[in-house]
Amino acid sequence: MGSDTYSKRRYIIIGIFVIIALIYLGKLFSLQVMDHNYKLFAQDNVLRYITQYPSRGLIYDRNGNLLVYNEAAYDLLVVPRQITKLDTMELCRLLHMGKQEFVDRLVQTKKYSYYKPSIFLEQISKEEYAFLEEKLYQFPGFYVQARTLRKYPIPFAAHILGYVGEVDRKEIDKDSYYRQGDYIGKSGIEKTYEHLLRGQKGLKVVMVDVFNREKGSYQEGNFDTLAEAGKNLFLTIDKDLQLYGEKLMRNKKGSIVAIEPTSGEVLTMVSSPAYDPNLLIGRIRTKNFRKLSRDTLEPLFNRPVAAQYPPGSTFKPVNALIALNEGVIVPETRFSCDGVISKPIKCSHNHYSPLSLINAIEQSCNPYFWNTFREIIEQERFTNIQQGYNNWRSYLERFNVGSKFNTDISNQRSGNLPKDSYFNRYYGESGWRALTIRSLSIGQGEIELTPLQLANVSATIANKGSFYTPHLLKAVDSIGNEVNFFTRFNETGIDSSYFNPVIEGMHLVYEGEHGSARWYKVKDIEICGKTGTAENPHGDDHSVFMAFAPKDDPKIAIAVVVETSGFGSTWAAPIATLMIEKYLKGEIARPRWFEQKMLDADLLTKKEEGSEGP
Amino acid sequence: MRDRKNIFYNIDWITILLYLALVLFGWINIYASVYNEEHNSIFDVSQRYGKQMIWISLSLVLALVILSIDSKFFSTFSYLFYGLTILSLVAVLLIGTTISGSRSWFQIGSFAIQPAEFAKFATCLALARFLTSHNVGLKKLKDIMKALMIITVPAFLILLQHDTGSALVYSAFILVLYREGLSGSILLIGLVAAVLFVLTLLLGTPVILAVLGGLIFLVLILYKRLKKSIKPILGLLVLMAAFTYSVDYAFENVLEPHQKKRINVLLGLEKDIHGAGYNVNQSKIAIGSGGLSGKGFLKGTQTKYDFVPEQSTDFIFCTVGEEWGFYGSLFVILLFLLLLIRLVQLAERQRSRFSRIYGYGVASILFFHFAINIGMTIGLTPVIGIPLPFFSYGGSSLWAFTILLFIFIRMDASRLEVL
Repeated sequence: MGSDTYSKRRYIIIGIFVIIALIYLGKLFSLQVMDHNYKLFAQDNVLRYITQYPSRGLIYDRNGNLLVYNEAAYDLLVVPRQITKLDTMELCRLLHMGKQEFVDRLVQTKKYSYYKPSIFLEQISKEEYAFLEEKLYQFPGFYVQARTLRKYPIPFAAHILGYVGEVDRKEIDKDSYYRQGDYIGKSGIEKTYEHLLRGQKGLKVVMVDVFNREKGSYQEGNFDTLAEAGKNLFLTIDKDLQLYGEKLMRNKKGSIVAIEPTSGEVLTMVSSPAYDPNLLIGRIRTKNFRKLSRDTLEPLFNRPVAAQYPPGSTFKPVNALIALNEGVIVPETRFSCDGVISKPIKCSHNHYSPLSLINAIEQSCNPYFWNTFREIIEQERFTNIQQGYNNWRSYLERFNVGSKFNTDISNQRSGNLPKDSYFNRYYGESGWRALTIRSLSIGQGEIELTPLQLANVSATIANKGSFYTPHLLKAVDSIGNEVNFFTRFNETGIDSSYFNPVIEGMHLVYEGEHGSARWYKVKDIEICGKTGTAENPHGDDHSVFMAFAPKDDPKIAIAVVVETSGFGSTWAAPIATLMIEKYLKGEIARPRWFEQKMLDADLLTKKEEGSEGP
Repeated sequence: MRDRKNIFYNIDWITILLYLALVLFGWINIYASVYNEEHNSIFDVSQRYGKQMIWISLSLVLALVILSIDSKFFSTFSYLFYGLTILSLVAVLLIGTTISGSRSWFQIGSFAIQPAEFAKFATCLALARFLTSHNVGLKKLKDIMKALMIITVPAFLILLQHDTGSALVYSAFILVLYREGLSGSILLIGLVAAVLFVLTLLLGTPVILAVLGGLIFLVLILYKRLKKSIKPILGLLVLMAAFTYSVDYAFENVLEPHQKKRINVLLGLEKDIHGAGYNVNQSKIAIGSGGLSGKGFLKGTQTKYDFVPEQSTDFIFCTVGEEWGFYGSLFVILLFLLLLIRLVQLAERQRSRFSRIYGYGVASILFFHFAINIGMTIGLTPVIGIPLPFFSYGGSSLWAFTILLFIFIRMDASRLEVL
């Protein structure tokens, strides 16, 4: 094949090979022989990578009172490969650790890596660290890294704030930001706003000498990144009101939820019994968590958002509103307590009969609302029961009953608002009518609300038909920098004029001569409320109350549930009233003994008799 | 005449010795890179060096099998191999397993095979077969296009598997086409394109477009003096402007985020201490700390499995640099350079064009791997995850390179049979 005209090109190709090889050899020669820096850098791992943990964002209440801050703690890290001439006994003494534990921990770290630092002992206190620091140079391979722990100046609002813990495998897989040993918000606000609170980790590369002492930064800090502190959060919570609510609920099982109706901002969310959030930090967290989760009173259970109760009579105003909007009653409509038609649900009070709507709400007349409910469901325009039921049900959906709020409040459960298919399954498609599900007319039976949903119902009535989604975050960075990630306006579709008679009725609950909360009225504040007694299949009835005030310019809407304590008027109503007074006036004007009775009552160990019926 | 029949007499033992030296030195470095105090038996198959030992043994068997096949077999069935390869590349997209981001593996039990590795020799054979077909020449645009099709189809399929590194390997065939008569300006164009690409990313599209615009303006002013060559010069400048513009588009829309990052890090436009930049920096520390004569076998501190990632695969050269020093680096680079030159020599002594083209294909592929892999460990090329031939840990790549090389050794052994 001598006729190959391009055979000379072989030299160009070989030339390319040779040139690349020479360039590489030149570069390698300069890296390996000329430049002595690299040798220094690598001399038995003189580089140490120190993660700069940012300080986690602080949490304040709506008025700028500090709720959560950080306290320094120290982790002892070890790089097994760097350990030389280890005086085990001395180090054990410094760390207050048995020799066996020491050896076990060291084996564990070696299993992880000989070359990468791993945490040997977590969260050494400031005091212990002071001792250790002086001696640490004797233990090459060991060094200390500063971390922070959450601290709570006031031991309250544990369920709202949530807690912080070490990331687990799943969380690391989900977000590559996290490394083994990092902290992450595990529940509550700490979890919902983890991305704002955590900040941005930094990395510092420093050189250390053979005595394990830092010798300055590597390549003039070229590879360092600064940590960026997390953002401070301002919650919608009112510290004083929250604290007062927790005091009132002491030794009682139940919840208080208070909302500002004009904004949906949650002012207070009490879950009782509660626990001290300082118990769930750092090294003691696991131990305490186990203890708390075994407690039969379930202090970890977030009652305001996860406990579900039948609303009882507090539900009557809602049924009245639906009936008015459907045009099946007018405020003057009267239903008798007697007669065949009212028999299915008896009236439990002695009162003049027949009552009008306003008085029926004041006196919580059962037959009135049963009749109302039947009128709503069995309207002539409906061809079957399912249509009537679903029409009623859709109103409640617009009150956000039966579903979770799409908001920053964690642990929510959706309550219970059965679908028509539930009754179809139970009774057969044509086997049920209003009479069959009559319990729903007075807030009993299948229907269940969380205290948060009940408080929102109250806020919706206060607003005459609309509500802002309840939420917990008010501002980020500074108190003026308000955010509205979850502030959304919702409407129920009920005409606002229908609210007037219902609000009048709820006002009479305090002001009327038969009102079920008439004992608790507060001078100068016009409160509207409704008592309820939720039947509890597992024991004594739950005491339920919802209210808002002032009547014409609502500033607070509240729901209170005191479990297994009997009538709504006995416990829930006075507690709600005290909360309203506290929030609107800043202090309690009524006699001391009354407040003291509520504060001191211990419903967990003994039962007290209720005074009057709902 | 007996000598002509006995292929073991005609085998090029120099190439085989270079091959064995690379494979063995590679294994020693894999051993060192994953060595730890607890597992030190060289046959421990739970460790990578144990597994690599198995791959090496099987490679030698494979080599023997290839040497005992008639050399006409490869040219006869080259299109068949190519077809099967394309099929398997399509199949792996449909039913393959994804390992570290690339959907390019067939999982059979605990083994994983990467068809992209084997596509190289098949493409090489098909290209050789096509270029030696009757009436085909690299002067005709139609034939050039067909040749480029043979090369780009597998590359495109591999690109679809998100294995950009392996796809880029196919650009090495430019060298083969050049040797077979493609216009020499192709290399020049490639070089200019590369320089423009880097400059565009460094200085930004507007600056480059402004400079080119200025040049166009200058050409128009000097209209009279450049009268004759004005059209080609203007055309070239406009083409360069269009290319610059498309670089920006390609960079933003075709490359994946991690690839953009690696290029940016290499050009010093971005700092990334946890990812690509950090790895290259660690890799340079490891190599640089080796000094002239190295820290000694198993004495490396940087190249243990923790500081540099992919220590036994893509970054295996770090271990060489750290434990064997500049002497080690020199040794490896010389081995590769000798192998590449030897392959060109062998290719040039072939009587059949088919064997020569195939031989250049082998040399080009090995060269591309060698240049990119070692380049990235010393920070001269972007971090593209392709293995160092014969050296890196991994069964698929070792077998594929063995097949690639030994087919050529087999062809060379029977070069005298072809008349």
